[in-house]
Amino acid sequence: MIFASYNNIISGLGFSTDENYKAILNSELAVKKTILPFSTESFCVAKINEADLKTHFSSFENTERYTKLEQLSILSIQDVMKQSGINPADEKTLLIYSTTKGNIDLLEKNNASHVDKNRMYLWSFANVLKQHFNFKHTPIVLSNACISGLLAIIIAKRYIDSGAFNNVIVCGGDILSEFTLSGFKSFNALSNEPSKPFDANRVGINLGEAVSTILITNNKALAKPYETQIISGFSANDANHISGPSRTGDGLFQCLNQLGITNKNKIGFISAHGTATPFNDEMESIAIERANLSSVPVNSLKGYYGHTLGAAGVLETILSLESLKNQTLIKSEGFESLGVSGKISVIDSFEKKSFDSFIKTASGFGGCNAAALFSKL
Amino acid sequence: MDALIEKLKGQIIEQLNLAEVKPEEINPDSPLFGEGLGLDSIDALELIVLLEKHYGIKIEDPKDGKTIFQSLRTMAEYIKANGKS
Amino acid sequence: MNNIISYAHIKNNSVSVNGTQVFCSEKNTTLPEFLSEAYKSLGISYPKFHKMDLQCKLGFLCTEFAIKNTNFISENELDKTAIVICNSASSLQTDKLHQHSIDDKTNYFPSPAVFVYTLPNIIIGELAIKHKITGENAFFVSEKFDVNLIVNYTELILNDYATSAICGWVEVDEDAYEAFIFLVETKNNTNKNTIFKPLNELVVTQIYNQS
Repeated sequence: MIFASYNNIISGLGFSTDENYKAILNSELAVKKTILPFSTESFCVAKINEADLKTHFSSFENTERYTKLEQLSILSIQDVMKQSGINPADEKTLLIYSTTKGNIDLLEKNNASHVDKNRMYLWSFANVLKQHFNFKHTPIVLSNACISGLLAIIIAKRYIDSGAFNNVIVCGGDILSEFTLSGFKSFNALSNEPSKPFDANRVGINLGEAVSTILITNNKALAKPYETQIISGFSANDANHISGPSRTGDGLFQCLNQLGITNKNKIGFISAHGTATPFNDEMESIAIERANLSSVPVNSLKGYYGHTLGAAGVLETILSLESLKNQTLIKSEGFESLGVSGKISVIDSFEKKSFDSFIKTASGFGGCNAAALFSKL
Repeated sequence: MDALIEKLKGQIIEQLNLAEVKPEEINPDSPLFGEGLGLDSIDALELIVLLEKHYGIKIEDPKDGKTIFQSLRTMAEYIKANGKS
Repeated sequence: MNNIISYAHIKNNSVSVNGTQVFCSEKNTTLPEFLSEAYKSLGISYPKFHKMDLQCKLGFLCTEFAIKNTNFISENELDKTAIVICNSASSLQTDKLHQHSIDDKTNYFPSPAVFVYTLPNIIIGELAIKHKITGENAFFVSEKFDVNLIVNYTELILNDYATSAICGWVEVDEDAYEAFIFLVETKNNTNKNTIFKPLNELVVTQIYNQS
């Protein structure tokens, strides 16, 4: 059995999973209208508080030798190492890092960082983490668009199933950057207000920055936090278009269909990708209905955090685990009235419920999709 | 108008990387999307960039693109009516 | 039993398939020119090719060369065909283009057609679209071509999640470029024009270093 274990979230809502979950229950949003250094225009984004980061990282020496993403990742992984007590130098321990753009801020013309520009290379960035924690193995870096975080968790399970490893630390992270904001803006994909996943008036995404880490393990003693295992997980490609999802949700349907769901009434909810673009949410609703899961409540956490790219799959899985542990359905923030044609039931308020499993889905540019099923022991 | 249409053909072929399409193959009245040139959603966004870059026209609501970019001729007419250069 | 049934390697303006050179350009040909010539030599018409960035064009062509003259596409269940690609520079080549388009605020025209290629896994999407391959995906970034990583993960996938795979290394980084694609099947496919080598680290290292 493969267990979801200790974890950490660093986001605009706090530097620990606890802080983040409490904030969510309080309906706090990480997304807000913000003026960013590179523009006079305000963007609705979820930013991590710089002063807080400085404070948290202040105990480290030579802070200027680390990029923002490196500082956040070190803090996040360190929290998980501390909670779990596992030894990073162990033969059977691996780090998988999920990111779409890594240290992309190093590409900026005016980047004043003292960091070697070589750290633009994702393997070089991961090597900083390897050196810092003294991981025995070279970290595996996964860069597969917005499914990276969830796929990294699925890959972690596969590696442990194979016997190659016992403990896999999965860390996912991406920072806010002019690079990414300008790109999504050129796609006309941004919303200037907090985003509204699945809502009839949704217009687009908010971008958010976050780093999130979870330990995946076959060690029963480390299953303590959630007593929850990963039952199954898959990825699949739509084979339709490089930026638009399949109108019939083919890839996501293929993933959901393979999960091996025997009794959908036991599934508490689906933590959807729910980016709040017109196309993504529509596609997901169709895939969910095709997979005969219309009766399973759906939420998206992107109304709170925005789209955190490489961190999304990890962050949203962790909060879903918290939801499962606390037997509480998390309200899909931003949702008012259904604006998709697939028959789905969106969670519109916090609700105590008895359930023992959940599904996490993700989709991304390049036509990729992923889904995983988590269940209490 | 004809000169603008010919110029647009060249610009569209370049901006949208339609390397296998010759200017003479583009019928100014054929639909740009769907059949005709079979452009997709990214092409639609690129045409908006093209209008701004070469003609100084900013399209605020991409949904307007549907009528503006119906055909090469409708695009040329829009530029004639709204262009700065 | 996992078998490599075909492989292609593109570097130094030359394309080789299963160890034999099948196309080359003059040494001083630029990469865009070389890719254009290689595309023409394949004799296919695929307009989407011209919209791809250099890295995707490279990976696309390498895969087409590997697939050509095999029945990999017709003989395999494409919903069980995995695509596993790696490189060291992720999408840096195109990242720089996009960054350049936003550096100068007086000449600010970010392009969605460029931005979409600032994710390394788009090559997987392009291959999926061309051949209607809907199976597992993974894009890994490693400092060098990591035979251990790609063979281990592919074997892992072929145990439970796929019955065939397109695997390899695809990279354009400044002036350097290289693509190496190998096709793997789990069943006995008696097709002429394919080779038949077991999938393991030794063999992959051997065929990678061959040309």
